[in-house]
Amino acid sequence: MDLVLLPDASTDAERAAVDGVVGAPAQPRRDLLLPALHAVMDAVGWISRGALSYVCDRLHVPPAEAYGVATFYALFSVTPRAPRTAHVCDDVGCAAFGGEDLCAAMEERLGPAGSGDEVTWTRSPCLGLCERAPAVFLQLATPPSEREGSPDATRALESSPHDDAHGPGGHAQIAPATADAVVRALHGDDVPGPDPVVSTPQAGAPDLELLSRVGVVDPGDLDSYRAAGGYAGLRRALAVGPARVVDEITVASLTGRGGAAFPTGTKWAAVAGSPEPEKYLVCNADESEPGTFKDRVLMEADPFALVEAMTVAGIAVGARTGYLYVRGEYPAAERALVRAVDEARRHGFLGDDVMGSGRTFDVELRRGAGAYICGEETALMNSLEGRRGEPRAKPPFPTVAGLFGKPTVINNVETLVNVLRIVAEGGPAFASVGSGRSTGTKLFCLSGVVARPGVYEVPMGTTLRELLELAGGVPPDLRAILLGGAAGSFVTPDQLDVPLTLEGTREIGATLGSGVVLCFDSSTDFAAVLRRIAGFFRDESCGQCVPCRVGTVRQEEALARIVRGREIGGRTVELQLLRDVDRVMTDASICGLGQTAASAVRSALALGLVGGSS
Amino acid sequence: MTVVDLGTIRRLVSVTVDDVEHRVPEGATIMDVLDDAGADTPRLCQAPNLTPVNACRVCVVEVEGSRPLVPSCARKVEDGMVVRTDTERVAHSRKMVLELLASANDLSEAGDDVARWQIEYGADPERYGPPGPPAAAGERGNRHPGHHGLPDGETRATVAQPVTVDNDLYVRDYARCILCYKCVEACGTDAQNTFAIAVAGRGFDATISTEFAVPLPDSACVYCGNCIGVCPTGALKSVAEHERREAGTWDPEGETVTSTICSFCGVGCTLELHVQDNTIVNVTSPHDHAVTHGHLCIKGRFGFQHVQNVAPPGEH
Ligand SMILES: Cc1cc2nc3c(=O)[nH]c(=O)nc-3n(C[C@H](O)[C@H](O)[C@H](O)COP(=O)(O)O)c2cc1C
Ligand code: SF4
Ligand code: SF4
Ligand code: SF4
Ligand code: FES
Ligand code: FES
Repeated sequence: MDLVLLPDASTDAERAAVDGVVGAPAQPRRDLLLPALHAVMDAVGWISRGALSYVCDRLHVPPAEAYGVATFYALFSVTPRAPRTAHVCDDVGCAAFGGEDLCAAMEERLGPAGSGDEVTWTRSPCLGLCERAPAVFLQLATPPSEREGSPDATRALESSPHDDAHGPGGHAQIAPATADAVVRALHGDDVPGPDPVVSTPQAGAPDLELLSRVGVVDPGDLDSYRAAGGYAGLRRALAVGPARVVDEITVASLTGRGGAAFPTGTKWAAVAGSPEPEKYLVCNADESEPGTFKDRVLMEADPFALVEAMTVAGIAVGARTGYLYVRGEYPAAERALVRAVDEARRHGFLGDDVMGSGRTFDVELRRGAGAYICGEETALMNSLEGRRGEPRAKPPFPTVAGLFGKPTVINNVETLVNVLRIVAEGGPAFASVGSGRSTGTKLFCLSGVVARPGVYEVPMGTTLRELLELAGGVPPDLRAILLGGAAGSFVTPDQLDVPLTLEGTREIGATLGSGVVLCFDSSTDFAAVLRRIAGFFRDESCGQCVPCRVGTVRQEEALARIVRGREIGGRTVELQLLRDVDRVMTDASICGLGQTAASAVRSALALGLVGGSS
Repeated sequence: MTVVDLGTIRRLVSVTVDDVEHRVPEGATIMDVLDDAGADTPRLCQAPNLTPVNACRVCVVEVEGSRPLVPSCARKVEDGMVVRTDTERVAHSRKMVLELLASANDLSEAGDDVARWQIEYGADPERYGPPGPPAAAGERGNRHPGHHGLPDGETRATVAQPVTVDNDLYVRDYARCILCYKCVEACGTDAQNTFAIAVAGRGFDATISTEFAVPLPDSACVYCGNCIGVCPTGALKSVAEHERREAGTWDPEGETVTSTICSFCGVGCTLELHVQDNTIVNVTSPHDHAVTHGHLCIKGRFGFQHVQNVAPPGEH
């Protein structure tokens, strides 16, 4: 294939940004496409024709395909855009809790969304900061020249020993956000990042496992982590050997915490047992399910734990590289992880002789670019490979043909952090907490009308009511709880005694999902909530398959007619139409996004939260 | 019974479809089995000469043990697989896929099969309300992923937009495009290796596009026309066909097809010349042809303009 490139020239700044990622000789490395596009965005604020051509030339990617990739991700812009953009969350955890007011204030201060040459704002889906609504993500492009010397830049440069590593840029988060703070930050004021300890009301309490180090260790200090017992797990794992570690995970009956609740040991055993010499580990840190922020807190407050857990997992399954795919809207987590990886490497906890064991394992950090669908495991792999984040057909499953076509274990952040406890205490001890397939402790993300929102850790089997008690009590006038996320469903105050297990929630037709517990009281405008959820799926559908690509549009339209009292052919006819769309999405979509896109809407209609037939 | 493995001969596996057992070679797709049995399985994104993308989902069937339905075009048979095509669930999903597509796209040139399936499965696209206004030229390609205006539901969103005419050989009528990925595959790894077009944008706003939606002459396109050859909906068609359709002189009934061997080079591709009113309107090649697999180059596909220009009138 000969590349045919557009004649438009690139600028010095664009070339410098790309060269910082690709290195001196051009390399046919499609997997560097996202890092290269990020570098251009971070330096210039948008991707021009010249910049895209230069990227394509350096990485040998056909420009039509690179354009297809660039236009897939919400954090990339292929049209000129102000280099400093505030993404204002108007999703279900924020909208009624200051998000819509903030959008109105931003419009008043900066004009309509997207306008403005230097600074601008735009609406955003959930930013994973729901416990401190309203949330804002600041995408701030800084030319490399200006970045030099700034403390942030020095850190980013120092911690990028690899050609292909990239600095976290100057992005920031504000939550709770005021229009004043956002505008000041857009104009260059420093803003304090979110403090994960504040988001962990249980911090420091005894009996915590996953959250035990939050607020106790310094997330930037390896010694502090080790003093708190860090790296004892890896030491034990190396001592007992990979086969034993895989066994312990299986005995522990650990299930995935990313939403699908698949047995982790089964995946690990499959990859560990594969004769293929090259294997990969991937950590799914793309947390984007509306209402979910647990992985963010773990990464910000206890980054070494994730790095250690990835090392245990990688060595157990026979992978020499672990890719850590962090959500693009999580700059604080990314900075903490860049630093932790760097420190771990420097002290021999990563690299070609991990803790003197002679084993090789290293972590490659990659940044997502604004696409919920990239949390789906095969979409994430496509994204890592520099492709559009379109889910792949299964079979083959990732354990057979995953990243770069090789056997791959992919696990969620929380799943992996559990591994440390399992190697330390053994599988049976872990399995003794909870019941059935639901073992160990579980993180929940409490937000909305709760007294003390935040991340909570409880043993599997704790009831929803007990969980709410921890957060300051069952909210007065509670009307409904969105359980499990936008892909989950609503439950009502009479269901608070449900044990929070896979089995218990299934019994009431709900799901644990990613641990979302988003509470609404009776003042809630559920019509607005449902339209936002429907709009979310319409926006985040990758577009590959017809049931989801068109179905999410029709679902949103029908819902709009129902809440506006403008039904075609009456309520019954519209409800039938919604049911038909629901069925085809659930039955015939390629991936979990389409298969669950009607779930919350279905439950809300059944509960009479909208449509007035309660 | 033992089946001896002779290398090229594949092992037979046993598959049950609607209670009837079939012995089929390993590696076959469920659709292969259904086709052999003479079933009329709808399909849109599948083509015998392209890698399955299983995107449209109109060919779905039930497979025992799988909660979601399974695309028959892509799923390979396994020994002991139990397939059902005769259920209400299968019919419902097929109907809905056809209905959803028809509610967003112009399927009027998608062929007799699609028209028949629409009726057979009972697709009713009008129940989603009247179609919304068409997009202005280029507008659909410029939507940013992650946002869209709040719809009021009074009209149904469609992909209607003006036809793109930016070269002398073929047009792109994306109001008909169902995003079956066939053109992208034909332009890329499955035939042409040119990668002039790809899917851009996301979700309902996804489009087939060159980089920055530049006109084809500015792109890598070499006008092999292989994308036209695989397009199932009439979204891609020769200028000759487009102009006749616009003028109301398109006459598929009066079309004759003549096979010949392309004389431009030594490869010897079989050409099928589609002639209407003494004029070649399209050139195709059979997809089961050993050399072409249905794919051609600019000379075979569009050289007819040259043939017509040099041949004395009435001699072809
Ligand atoms: C639309 C969609 C989004 C998802 N998002 C995430 C996510 O943000 N984080 C995550 O860990 N898993 C997510 N998943 C689940 C993953 O596909 C996969 O099951 C998970 O990463 C496996 O890890 P686990 O077994 O440790 O949970 C998502 C799935 C779907 C269908
Ligand atoms: S279900 Fe939706 S997100 Fe998943 S592959 Fe299909 S279109 Fe893409
Ligand atoms: S004519 Fe050939 S090169 Fe041009 S877009 Fe179509 S398949 Fe690609
Ligand atoms: S243009 Fe035709 S071949 Fe290409 S995706 Fe659209 S319908 Fe399919
Ligand atoms: S950050 Fe706004 S809903 Fe999650
Ligand atoms: S024909 Fe099978 S999914 Fe399209």
